Amino acid sequence: MSHVTMTQNEETRVGVFVCHCGSNIAGYVDVAAVTAYARTLPGVVFAQDNMYTCSDGGLTEIKTAIKTHALERVVVAACTPRTHEPLFRDACREAGLNPYLFEFVNIRDQCSWVHRLEPEAATQKAKDLVRMGVAKARLLQPLEEQEMPVEPVALIVGGGMIGMTAAVNLASRGFQVKLVEREPELGGMMLRLDKLYPTQDDAQPLIQQRVAEVRRSKTIEVFTASTLHAIKGFVGNYDVTVRDREGRLSSFKAGTVIVATGARVFTPHGMYGYDGERVVTQLELEKQIADRRLQIANCNLQPAVSNLKRVVMIQCVGARIPERPYCSRICCTTAIKNALELRELNPETEVYILYRDTETQGTRYEAYYTRAREAGIQFIRYSLDHPPQVGEGRVVVYDELLGAKLGIPYDLVVLSTPLVAQEGAHELAQMLKVPLDEHGFFLEAHVKLRPLDFATDGVYVAGTCRWPSHLEETIAQAYGAAARAATILTKEHVTSSGVVARVDESLCRGCGRCVEVCEFGAPALVEVAPGIKVARVNPVMCKGCGACASVCPTGAMAALHFTDGQVMAMVRAALLNQK
Amino acid sequence: MKDVLVIGGGIAGIQAALDLAEMGIRVHLIEKSPSIGGRMAQLDKTFPTNDCSTCILAPKMVDCARHPNIAIYTLSELQGVQGEAGDFTARVLKHPRYVDETACTACGDCAKVCPVVRPDEFQMGLSTRRAIYIPFPQAVPQAYISHPDDCLGKDPIVCGRCIEACQKQCIDFDMQEKVLDIPIAAIVIAVGMETFDPVALTEYGYTRYKNVVTGLEFERLLCASGPSGGHLIRLTDRQEPQVIGFIQCVGSRSLKYQRFCSSVCCMHATKEAILAREHIPDVKSYIFYTDLRASGKGFREYVDRAEREYGVEYVRSRVAQIEETDDGRLVFHYEDRASSRPQQMTVDLAVLATSLIPGPGVATLAEVLALELDEYGFFRTNPFSPTDTTREGVFTCGCCRGPADIPQSVAQASGAAARAAQYVAEVLVEQEGQGARE
Repeated sequence: MSHVTMTQNEETRVGVFVCHCGSNIAGYVDVAAVTAYARTLPGVVFAQDNMYTCSDGGLTEIKTAIKTHALERVVVAACTPRTHEPLFRDACREAGLNPYLFEFVNIRDQCSWVHRLEPEAATQKAKDLVRMGVAKARLLQPLEEQEMPVEPVALIVGGGMIGMTAAVNLASRGFQVKLVEREPELGGMMLRLDKLYPTQDDAQPLIQQRVAEVRRSKTIEVFTASTLHAIKGFVGNYDVTVRDREGRLSSFKAGTVIVATGARVFTPHGMYGYDGERVVTQLELEKQIADRRLQIANCNLQPAVSNLKRVVMIQCVGARIPERPYCSRICCTTAIKNALELRELNPETEVYILYRDTETQGTRYEAYYTRAREAGIQFIRYSLDHPPQVGEGRVVVYDELLGAKLGIPYDLVVLSTPLVAQEGAHELAQMLKVPLDEHGFFLEAHVKLRPLDFATDGVYVAGTCRWPSHLEETIAQAYGAAARAATILTKEHVTSSGVVARVDESLCRGCGRCVEVCEFGAPALVEVAPGIKVARVNPVMCKGCGACASVCPTGAMAALHFTDGQVMAMVRAALLNQK
Repeated sequence: MKDVLVIGGGIAGIQAALDLAEMGIRVHLIEKSPSIGGRMAQLDKTFPTNDCSTCILAPKMVDCARHPNIAIYTLSELQGVQGEAGDFTARVLKHPRYVDETACTACGDCAKVCPVVRPDEFQMGLSTRRAIYIPFPQAVPQAYISHPDDCLGKDPIVCGRCIEACQKQCIDFDMQEKVLDIPIAAIVIAVGMETFDPVALTEYGYTRYKNVVTGLEFERLLCASGPSGGHLIRLTDRQEPQVIGFIQCVGSRSLKYQRFCSSVCCMHATKEAILAREHIPDVKSYIFYTDLRASGKGFREYVDRAEREYGVEYVRSRVAQIEETDDGRLVFHYEDRASSRPQQMTVDLAVLATSLIPGPGVATLAEVLALELDEYGFFRTNPFSPTDTTREGVFTCGCCRGPADIPQSVAQASGAAARAAQYVAEVLVEQEGQGARE
């Protein structure tokens, strides 16, 4: 039995307010009977029903009753805490009662609405729920919310297009930014690109413009040839150490972190005769195209010097296979981009793209695919049942649409390979205590509605370190992550809820299971004496979910507001009338 | 003074509003319908995690309603703006709800006595509502609306029953439309999309054959809060379908209708086929597709799972025509790829994946705000500044700038919020600079 039970006081004075919610509750539940029943419960010194407890009148009645009946706990049986708990907590606070001495009993969403056809049973259930709520309320403890100041500084890991875009956005709003880039130069993957799809614009002016904006900014501090060495702390309050290649360390404080470390292109060693000469990757082709264009410009040669007669591109090399089942999203459009460039250099060059599904979603990319077909680029669909064979001078492929085997002579074979997880992603994830998915990409808090957040408050993600994405998408994400970070940076304080986990250090044996299960990084082991560790919970990071309390083998960890004592009291109250 | 106007209360507008509000910027969120929530509220579940759509959306709607920096104006539309970016005045027309939305508690006593029955738009017309109604249970604001075209009026000889039934006396038929002039510094547009009406493709017999439904209608049939209470049925005989045929690219990737790809249909059909199997364990689903586009996070694995664990079969072919049999079943005529010969398949229910197209609001807003549209009628954006429109101080996100799935829309919404916040900050700095010089 938990220590909390010992504070139970038979004299605790409880007030109960039962809401009609118009006919939402009263149409199905006998509210007067529930109120009368509440008066019979141990500890209850006052109970009344209201047409709308949430109305100004209802709230005033709660405040008056707290004073005139010296209420120490307040129970409202009404709609749902989702929308109305803050309102009633405020009413308690205004009447001088700690807001955590309030208990919500949900008799609308979880009772009257779902038992519309059985009013008698619904009334009985409402009584049971109120009895449970009162039993818990008698054991409630006052809880405090904690405020911690926010350091208005953003740490951005990764100085490519995405990290820089986020940095410029935040700096323009007056925040300090620390931008950490592993390479000696800012720019990331885009430094290696020649053209950008779907516009065929030059990549370098765009990236150099962003570099210039970063360099011009007075509030962005750039650490190149540097990596994150250590980071400690929590939302609003990180202590960061950055290490450069000479081993020099720089330390600073930050309030939020944006991860924008990008991805790596898979190298197809041993696949389709890859040799870097006659069989190359798209990135290698892109370099060749850029070099050739430079050559043409310098020597004033006609584009026709490009002597490639036939180029065969093979899609999904190393992707959508059992060991790497995902589609890398950007390879179809990258192939089209380079195919169009080859045709531009030499309109005589025939380009064949051997694909499995064209991944050209939306308006722009579908139009791009159409443009490629109109430009005479040949698309041939293959399946894994008959993968293309790269032979001496010929690629043999089974065309799924024609239902026939084709032999295509080639001068160059280009392999489209997927983006794979960045080197060092694992170490960075461990340092930041954020998860990776099974492919090594960073895993966001919720794939649908929180694409740029981690479950840990204050840490955000954007770009291809999250998932292979078009430049257009990653730029939107860069701004998006900046917005998410700014929601923290604009605040002077982060406030913890009172409903958090707390450790009884005399019971804790430092096993660390709470640290393992916490999704939010809230508990940590602290050495209190030589060789003696105990867990401590950072209230600002804790979400009050109780996962730690449920695995704690000694009962040292308690989820405040849902302590063992409180929950067991509810269970006992629930079982009381089971005759 | 440095407020931002967000137009459209779907998931993109909600996310943009919440991010701006959390950045300390006051937001005016206007929505043309009676509730925020948008299209996402109509979906049953979401790919690739099969999360219940409303369950993850509703908390965000409530956050919007409760946020001290967000003012929500439903039944409202932008009529015009005056001034320049950074110093706009937005003229907003708010239509009357005829119900006091702050007083209404959504008890439903009014609807119980309302004698008028109309097709329920939220249920895609598959069930009915009254003239006074709440669009869906989780609507925000939690308030009924009396539809002026449907209502018989307050004259007690004709009707007026709802007025008598309402204990709180929230119903007011004298409510007038209001014109609000709101000073704002920037605008975020998130008015979303419509779905293409497949009646034009006569070969599929939509509306002629009752068992041919659209993807959105199918979502409602799957949903526990849908017209059939979550029982997946054929519309002709209310029996469970044994074979379902999904037809992709209905209106999309077509020279005649929309040339673009609608981005989300391969995945929502996959999801719907998976869910159908969860409803009816021995149902068989066939998805007729053009290219199977599944490159988002976890999408390809989702498709693999649909094939492996749910027996979903993907058929690479375009269905040329549907014929109805006497018992309401449907015969698909298509070309078998392997043999290049005409083939037939009989199904119980056909689901059309219709294109996502710009809604009428896009063209209207483009005119009101002098914005350029792209060749398809979506707001024109540049791929390298994806949330900027062609006008300074006006930003956009979600499906009104082109088809996008939910995570893309949410990321863009946060992005548009960042751009708007940046713009507001820069305008402020500029004005302070001018003030200092004067």
